[in-house]
Amino acid sequence: MSEAEAYAYDAEMRKANRAKAVAGRSVIFKIKRCDGPNKPSRWESFKVPIEEGANVISSLNWIAANPVTVDGKKTTPVVWESSCLEEVCGACTMLINGRVRQSCSCLINEYAPREGDVMTLEPMSKFPVIRDLWVDRARLFHNLTRIKAWVPIDGTYNMGPGPKESHDHQQMRYALSECMSCGCCLDACPQFTKQEDESKWDSSFIGAHAISQARYFNEHDTGKQLKADRMDALSGAGGINDCGNAQNCVKVCPKGIPLTESIGAIGRSATIHAIKQFFQGKK
Amino acid sequence: MADEKRADEKRVIVVGGGLAGLAATIRIAEAGMPVDLFSMVPVKRSHSVCAQGGINACNEVARQQGYSEYQHFDETLIGGDFLNDQHPVLEMTNWAPKIIDLLDRMGVPFNRSNEGFRDLRLFGGSLFKRTHFSGATTGQQLLYALDEQTRRFAAEGKVNKKEFWEFLWPIVEGAGENARCVGIVAQDMRTMQIQSFRADAVVMATGGCGLVFGKSTNSVICTGGAASRCYQAGAWYGNAEMIQVHPTAIPGADKCRLMSESARGEGGRVWVPAKKGDTRKPRDIPENERYYILEERYPKYGNLVPRDIATREIFDVCVNEGMGINGTNQVYLDLTHMDPDYLTEKLGGILDIYEKFVGDDPRFTPMRIFPAVHYSMGGLWTTYTPGEYQPDSPISGFKPGDPIPVGNEPGMGMEVGAHNNAMTNITGLYAFGEVNFAYHGATRLGANALLSCIFDGLCNGVSVVNFVREGGHQPVFELDQAVFDAATKQEQDKHDKLLDSTSSGTGDRKLNPYQIAFELGEEMNAASTVVKTGPRLEKCLSKLDELKERYSKVELGDGAMWTNQSLSFTRAVGDMIIIGEAIAKAGLLREESRGSHYRTDFPERNDDKFWKASVAKFNKDSGKSDIEFVDVKAGLVKLRPRDYGKTESNAAPAQKEPVGAS
Repeated sequence: MSEAEAYAYDAEMRKANRAKAVAGRSVIFKIKRCDGPNKPSRWESFKVPIEEGANVISSLNWIAANPVTVDGKKTTPVVWESSCLEEVCGACTMLINGRVRQSCSCLINEYAPREGDVMTLEPMSKFPVIRDLWVDRARLFHNLTRIKAWVPIDGTYNMGPGPKESHDHQQMRYALSECMSCGCCLDACPQFTKQEDESKWDSSFIGAHAISQARYFNEHDTGKQLKADRMDALSGAGGINDCGNAQNCVKVCPKGIPLTESIGAIGRSATIHAIKQFFQGKK
Repeated sequence: MADEKRADEKRVIVVGGGLAGLAATIRIAEAGMPVDLFSMVPVKRSHSVCAQGGINACNEVARQQGYSEYQHFDETLIGGDFLNDQHPVLEMTNWAPKIIDLLDRMGVPFNRSNEGFRDLRLFGGSLFKRTHFSGATTGQQLLYALDEQTRRFAAEGKVNKKEFWEFLWPIVEGAGENARCVGIVAQDMRTMQIQSFRADAVVMATGGCGLVFGKSTNSVICTGGAASRCYQAGAWYGNAEMIQVHPTAIPGADKCRLMSESARGEGGRVWVPAKKGDTRKPRDIPENERYYILEERYPKYGNLVPRDIATREIFDVCVNEGMGINGTNQVYLDLTHMDPDYLTEKLGGILDIYEKFVGDDPRFTPMRIFPAVHYSMGGLWTTYTPGEYQPDSPISGFKPGDPIPVGNEPGMGMEVGAHNNAMTNITGLYAFGEVNFAYHGATRLGANALLSCIFDGLCNGVSVVNFVREGGHQPVFELDQAVFDAATKQEQDKHDKLLDSTSSGTGDRKLNPYQIAFELGEEMNAASTVVKTGPRLEKCLSKLDELKERYSKVELGDGAMWTNQSLSFTRAVGDMIIIGEAIAKAGLLREESRGSHYRTDFPERNDDKFWKASVAKFNKDSGKSDIEFVDVKAGLVKLRPRDYGKTESNAAPAQKEPVGAS
């Protein structure tokens, strides 16, 4: 499936598939496997009976208990990362039929409604593979450190409440705070490319994930004390200027976070930051 | 290696990066003590993200209406059917408002009132609004705030995060009363390297054991494996039998997802087809051919009976009477008689979850739900030093408006910073959060879990620091390397034996680890959750013997030396069987009904015999649990009948709208 087709595979189509899903069918899972870093990858297919309410996780569980390919070859259980299975932890992200998303919320009825339909599972494309569908997303968390994604409190002793906040402002921040660092926005971004050399992470494009988190912390009364540091990080190499405005990020975000708004807001902050720096003689 | 560079420094290991582990890490690192933080997942993906409803604390509005920290304390004890250790609960509820303030300062986006104050919602077990919340993802928001502060300490070099490392064993020196924990053995889940790590104190913050019951509301990492390993190494396990089953969860092919109680509060009706085996679609079944379970059995309270009753009745209809939908263990939770726009406005969030995971829109198709294992009140047994408040006689029947018997300053319940607070029977080994048995007794109140986790970290983190600095023990960096090498070898040998089983495979399905885990979950769910009986628990124990026997010959399906998840899972299955045995055996010996523990053969609470904590001790010779019953640490509040149901019914009209589930 081409990228364009993958994106077109939207909610309406999934709903239609749900309605015509055949009970008691089997579905073919075509899975891209790899034994470890620098090892070649290969495809293996499994025929999985679909029970009611099946999702990609339950199908991978079935394969783990029955690791035999469609050709009758005995193989090993597939390796993948997962935790909450409720689409709030971000762990089980992978490419499903070419589109990046969480596998827990991926219902088989919506993707493979007929007997023998094929679903493809691949690891995320922008992070190094550890094994099979498990990728190393350390860079994504590193990028949070890069933009100092925290509120610099004085300490944990009792010092009364935090800053007061309006209802509407809280709602705006809450929308940003739901980001679970899954990396969908990065995987779909043409500007965010795979970078296995850790020493180059700080000069490579940081992506919508950390840009939106920078905005989240800049919007907090105490958090904004570090705004200048964040804007330094986002104004240099690999910062906001590397965004190509493809807007794929916002399309694939499972939490509907207004990522392009965040990019716009940080872009404006960066302009102001640059002017300030100019007048302070720093640049 | 980082830890060798600092080999002349005292340090602490925290195992687990959920709310309890991160709160502990922050507190200990802030005190200037280096922390090594071990987690099987990036800490931001820990199970705490799943908590929805909120976090309880007395607040200024409730206070002016007559509420107090003391009443929060009292409610928690009634909720727990008086099986809680009383002093730590008092300290926890006294700290609660300050903990909310701290989270607020860390930037948690708590919902706000029109005037910009923190908003509050009602929750089960109280007549007062005392629950703070952040949308329907409070756990996620709190975890992120602590994750951010941890990241800050890590950036400053004060915390050494070891993510994708699995805890294998606590390293214990000496025996009996002299047993002291001096480090851990852990394995890198990617490279499979097994290594010992020294520490002057170890904090276990490893959460619950939902996977022992197969499908639960827990995350896939909540096997209870880490707690089981400490238990097998000599740590005691308290109130194992106390497992909370939530009445309304969405059964899934992979796990059960929570469906908040507020659906019933808004008018949701629970029913099954009146005719057994009726396969018609729900909307084709006319009104008079439906059996509205709770409305018919409890005409007065209907669908709004308390949680434990709802759970037991739904279970009874499906399991005992076989009347579940199409013979499955499911009943309808029906909202389709209501205006869809109203539902969207009031329940939008949880309805979207249902639609996303089940594929049906609950505004038009009745939801299919069933009770699911949700939380373990039991856990590693811990002790503490009581605080200043020691009344001459315990207070009985506290009511709102009564004079509050004790102040809310720190140190009333527990002596803050005492070395033994939240320490297990093994010196230097602590248990924080869900894995600590102390706080919730026989049932946990909604929105108290997040509180107990963060409280343990913040309050008892100080105890850890004091113990390491002032405990007078030989610094662990001075200990002989042989102790650590032996521990590494012990775990390496176990690991290699499992790995060897791959090649010797007979292909016998009975020796497949996933099959053994599946049968364990089925058995534990059937015998040791909602309704228990002596004979059924005895049968369960025989089944566990069989599984244990099969497990001793388990055959691994993957012999890889790199990122072998099957090995990690298979290892945990053995530990899950052992915890399962403690749960079932303690349940068998507790011949009474109390909170979540309901025995049809002993339906009443028996305070004379069982106002006691069950304490399981692992018998290394038999490989099984020896269970003792020891007095509950009380003295602050007098026993009284548990009138949770009565409180709930009085509160029903005002309370139901915002009740959420956590």
